[in-house]
Amino acid sequence: MYKYDNYDQAMVDARVAEFRDQINRRIAGEITEDQFKPLRLMNGLYLQLHAYMLRVAIPYGTLDSRQMRMLAHIARKYDRDYGHFTTRQNIQYNWIKLEDCADILEELATVEMHAIQTSGNCIRNISSDQYAGAAADEVTDPRPWAELLRQWSTFHPEFSYLPRKFKIAVIASSEDRAAMRLHDIGLELVRKDGELGARVFVGGGMGRTPMIAPEINPFVKADDLLSYLEACLRVYNRYGRRDNMYKARIKILIHEIGADEYRRQVAEEFAHVKTLGIDPPLAELERISAFFAPPAYDAANAEPDRNDPDFALWLDQNVKPHKQAGYAIVNISLKPIGGIPGDATSAQIDVMADLAEKYSFDELRVTHAQNIVLPYVAKRDLYAAWQALRDAELADANLDLISDIIACPGLDYCSLANARSIPVAQKIATRFADMDRQRDLGELKLKISGCINACGHHHAGHIGILGVDKKGVENYQLTFGGSGAEDVSIGKIIGPGFDEDGVVDAVEKATEVYKALREGDERFVDTYRRVGLEPFKEAIYG
Amino acid sequence: MKLLTGNDLVSGAVTWWTGNGWSIHVEDAADVGEHGEAILHAEEGARRVNAPYIIDALPTENGPRPAHIKDRIRALGPTVRTDLTLKPADPTAGDWII
Amino acid sequence: MVEFRYRADEVTEQPSVTLDAFLDQSNATAVRLEPDDDARALIPFLDRLTLIEVAFPKFRDGRGYSAARILREAGYQGELRAQGDVLVDQMAYMRRCGFDSFAPEASLNPDAVARALAFYDHAYQGAADSAVPIWKRRHG
Repeated sequence: MYKYDNYDQAMVDARVAEFRDQINRRIAGEITEDQFKPLRLMNGLYLQLHAYMLRVAIPYGTLDSRQMRMLAHIARKYDRDYGHFTTRQNIQYNWIKLEDCADILEELATVEMHAIQTSGNCIRNISSDQYAGAAADEVTDPRPWAELLRQWSTFHPEFSYLPRKFKIAVIASSEDRAAMRLHDIGLELVRKDGELGARVFVGGGMGRTPMIAPEINPFVKADDLLSYLEACLRVYNRYGRRDNMYKARIKILIHEIGADEYRRQVAEEFAHVKTLGIDPPLAELERISAFFAPPAYDAANAEPDRNDPDFALWLDQNVKPHKQAGYAIVNISLKPIGGIPGDATSAQIDVMADLAEKYSFDELRVTHAQNIVLPYVAKRDLYAAWQALRDAELADANLDLISDIIACPGLDYCSLANARSIPVAQKIATRFADMDRQRDLGELKLKISGCINACGHHHAGHIGILGVDKKGVENYQLTFGGSGAEDVSIGKIIGPGFDEDGVVDAVEKATEVYKALREGDERFVDTYRRVGLEPFKEAIYG
Repeated sequence: MKLLTGNDLVSGAVTWWTGNGWSIHVEDAADVGEHGEAILHAEEGARRVNAPYIIDALPTENGPRPAHIKDRIRALGPTVRTDLTLKPADPTAGDWII
Repeated sequence: MVEFRYRADEVTEQPSVTLDAFLDQSNATAVRLEPDDDARALIPFLDRLTLIEVAFPKFRDGRGYSAARILREAGYQGELRAQGDVLVDQMAYMRRCGFDSFAPEASLNPDAVARALAFYDHAYQGAADSAVPIWKRRHG
């Protein structure tokens, strides 16, 4: 994975010094909270329900054991001994003090980590496919491109006071494992006439008005990409709405002027920007790509012993095929039944660091589904890895099953929330605790958001749950039929909302309808798409 | 009754105006009546509180109970991690939130 | 008041006219752009202008950063001033976008400004200033 050179290190070190100065000036009263807020947001620092919350960046979800151990250390030293992995592949700490923040960032900088632009009206963490470098279906590893974009977007002087946040995802396969079409800009790397380039989608997003990004350009060459993105961002910075924060994302601009007009404006701006010479030479992408060379694979192809039935179940559910013979992709579930989705204790984080170092060429990934991946595990090591995970309560064999819930922190933690999301996730997982029942239901992506900002990606859930405030009481709306994969779709609200127990019952009824009507190996979402809402509505409300 | 609440600038902790200072315990919160805005501006200007606002609450025998569930969660802590709340040893503390 | 100016030449304190007024009568040498004005409307007239003032009524409204870069990209060499809700912590990015003078409404601490402009020795991306982007330093 990427290693900083002196320049990269100097940039994060300078940022620490700058933010420390800004914090000191805030505490001394030289700047108001209103003036300080965008500055702290651009360093990932929120003022949340209980304390400050710090969102540390994990660029395109990739990190090594040394960095993972630092995250555990931060949790122990400055927080309450745990962290929360997010739907943008980052990690959040919920109990941070402002007076510690600069020290935390200084410690993070010693292992090439930061909290740069993980919030604010600027370009956020570039996300990517959690199986990058390991998946057989990728055209290339998307992460060098993500790293190129990370550097281009970091401290971008023109695009740090955008109308609203800006999220970019990069994938390199036709299977979309990063919800790419639901980003402000989504890039799918493709080959054309032997050359690598990006298919550019602009204007996706969730929140109040979910939209699927239309294709704006079918192919942008590598050495045009930064100029092209600069043009995309400049048009947005100039013409994105600033009158209403709920209509300020680029998806609204594209919806209002139309994709064709946006494409035309970008093309015009691109023709101009291209003359400025801001694109690095291909040698820079090559330099970065060298850090992402395949690991020194050395394991012969050996199927693991399936004698232990629990191990076999985990193998079948959580372990995915690898492009390299003899290897496998391990998914570590952070969704124990009844637990808090995406949370890990510092001890668990340390265990995962150790396993990465021992069994995965020292590399881990964070997924946008709030799980962790060990991307390069030799099949001969799977059993030992599983045993260690089991001992650390990290071996739930529920990847993509109904209890593998994506849930935002919700009203338990977040000052934006209208309702709690975690208790709903816990109740649903507990209702379906029987693993045979879960496996019978099969792939069922359930996503819960505690408010319309949709950080739980509920629009993209096969089953989505949205928490709302109904006259001061928590209420939950149910949506069906969403997907963040390549079969991308926005879920539809099925009817009036429910209270907490009511929504759990409704989910259960929906799964019963699915089981009654499914054909062949249809998933829940396939059956719903085939039979429509009526049978489900009848069972739930009838 | 009206309560004045916010966060401590430096620690980030949730705080409640007691009448002559700030406490992390909602039981200590005072009714600011008509004077909330004036106190808010003075305290915020002096940086003794950050991001303050005024809320409705009902007086109870155990102290003020914020009208909105969000502020009750702020007052106690996350309902899903009772060990991290202000009353970790009290298993019924969360009932007060709902 | 122009408190922070990073040009060697004399300040020409011509009153700046609005863009509409400038386009109507072209004697003025100083023009003021509001956030929703199109900076490109000035491109035919850049060699006649000694001062372009870009208004920042609210510091969060970042349109002026694009306006500044567009003007420098078009070859404007005169004074490019950020005026209004201009704060210490935006000045470094503003300098990179081509602003070389500042007329903040609030009174800014000059030591804080000097520090703010000196934190970074390098830049990742090309902009309107003369900083050599890091990728260029890597590859010569």
